[in-house]
Amino acid sequence: METKSKIEPLAQPLKEKILNEINEQVMKCYQCGKCAAGCPLSGEMDYTPNQILRLLQIGEPTCDDEVLRSYGIWLCLTCDTCHSRCPQEVDFPHIMDFLRSEAIKRKKVHPKAKEIIAFHRSFLESIEKTGRLSEVGLIASYKLKTFNLLQDVDLAPKMFAKGKLEIFPHRIKGRQAIARIFEKAMKEAHND
Amino acid sequence: MTKIGYFPGCSLNGTAKEYDLSLKAIARFADVELVELNDWNCCGATAAHSLNSTLAVALPARNLAIAERMGFDEILVPCAACYSRLAQALYEIKSDEKYRTKIPQLIEMEIKGTANPITVLDFINKYVLDKIKDKLTNKLNAKFACYYGCLLTRPEHLSTIERREDPLVMEQIVKLAGGIAIDWAFKVECCGAGLSVVRTDIVGKLCAKIVDDASSRGADAIVVACPMCHSNLDMRRSEINKNLSTDNKIPAIYITQLLGLALGIEPNKLGFDKHFVPADNFIQKLQKQTVEV
Repeated sequence: METKSKIEPLAQPLKEKILNEINEQVMKCYQCGKCAAGCPLSGEMDYTPNQILRLLQIGEPTCDDEVLRSYGIWLCLTCDTCHSRCPQEVDFPHIMDFLRSEAIKRKKVHPKAKEIIAFHRSFLESIEKTGRLSEVGLIASYKLKTFNLLQDVDLAPKMFAKGKLEIFPHRIKGRQAIARIFEKAMKEAHND
Repeated sequence: MTKIGYFPGCSLNGTAKEYDLSLKAIARFADVELVELNDWNCCGATAAHSLNSTLAVALPARNLAIAERMGFDEILVPCAACYSRLAQALYEIKSDEKYRTKIPQLIEMEIKGTANPITVLDFINKYVLDKIKDKLTNKLNAKFACYYGCLLTRPEHLSTIERREDPLVMEQIVKLAGGIAIDWAFKVECCGAGLSVVRTDIVGKLCAKIVDDASSRGADAIVVACPMCHSNLDMRRSEINKNLSTDNKIPAIYITQLLGLALGIEPNKLGFDKHFVPADNFIQKLQKQTVEV
């Protein structure tokens, strides 16, 4: 039939990808809500952890989309309170890591999460270049990425006075090896 | 002298210098040499596991491989966040065939999984307490709120702490040092960790509950064992106090600084001058009897 060819193949539901790729079962959740009760950031999230799990359980493309576009997945601190209290042992932080990288891959990142990602990227750039985290480099790069130029300007002089801020980053000898680790890991994420 | 591998991590070279100083000071008393891993790299922290799961294992794995090459079967990792990343990498390599073959190719080093990360609390219990218990002459006559945060107690498969919701490991150390450990409600709550820069407002809110509960229950200081917890509780105090009706001045100190004080080491040699929230009043309260190190 002619109409058949026009129907787009249904995307694989996220819950199946989660099972296949990171071996976590969202279907185990029976909505007791302990995760949301213990989560330090439930109050800041658009969807609480149990709500995210429910959306994933439904498995409809619109629900999956809602999850990937949520701000809550970016606020998760990986504190693991939800996981440690879950009677069904759902490793929710592990699922959150997966959802974050999936949101980036599918370009569905919540607009307010851009700053959080900019911070993570600046952090990784510092490691890629020097092998370690340079706090000065991190903050400079983050400010340039987000134009939050005045943020924390009061903190830096005080840190410097207390000998807590290294102006020149320590560059490890194995920088080339680190750069190759980055290159291979990035290529792999890209090919997924 | 006992020798053990040492992974200071980026914080102990920067914002948490007093943690490094005080840790080395008590290690000297316990006759343990901390041998820094050659040319170690950053563990990747929250940034790596949030964005790239392969990087999150490969970066810490390089450090594990370096420790193996240096012949260590234990690595002291004083930062709770670094500990979590190194221990998780070891766990993945041991339990997941995919990583066992992939990681050596990525880091271009052999890795057998024989070097085990240990936390500062395990280090103190295993290597320090027996050696120093007769030297804890300066009994700390004060009340302490022991704060564990997240990564020392969770996730379960990486934690060596029993009673995850109400751990007592630090309390026992405080007691040995002559102090009183108070009972309180926020010992395993999160400080806001990696959102410190991007959402300082959230860190302010979460830490406000922590410092408020500790001081309203009469603690003289909060004791920590993680540089992320410390920098949020200490350096972010003005942001924290925006959420409270009074200016909260309770100092946050490292467990290693506490032991250092009990050993009679001079406060400046333990890096107390590096805190944003001064610990002066608290230190004056203690009977002082300093020794040279």
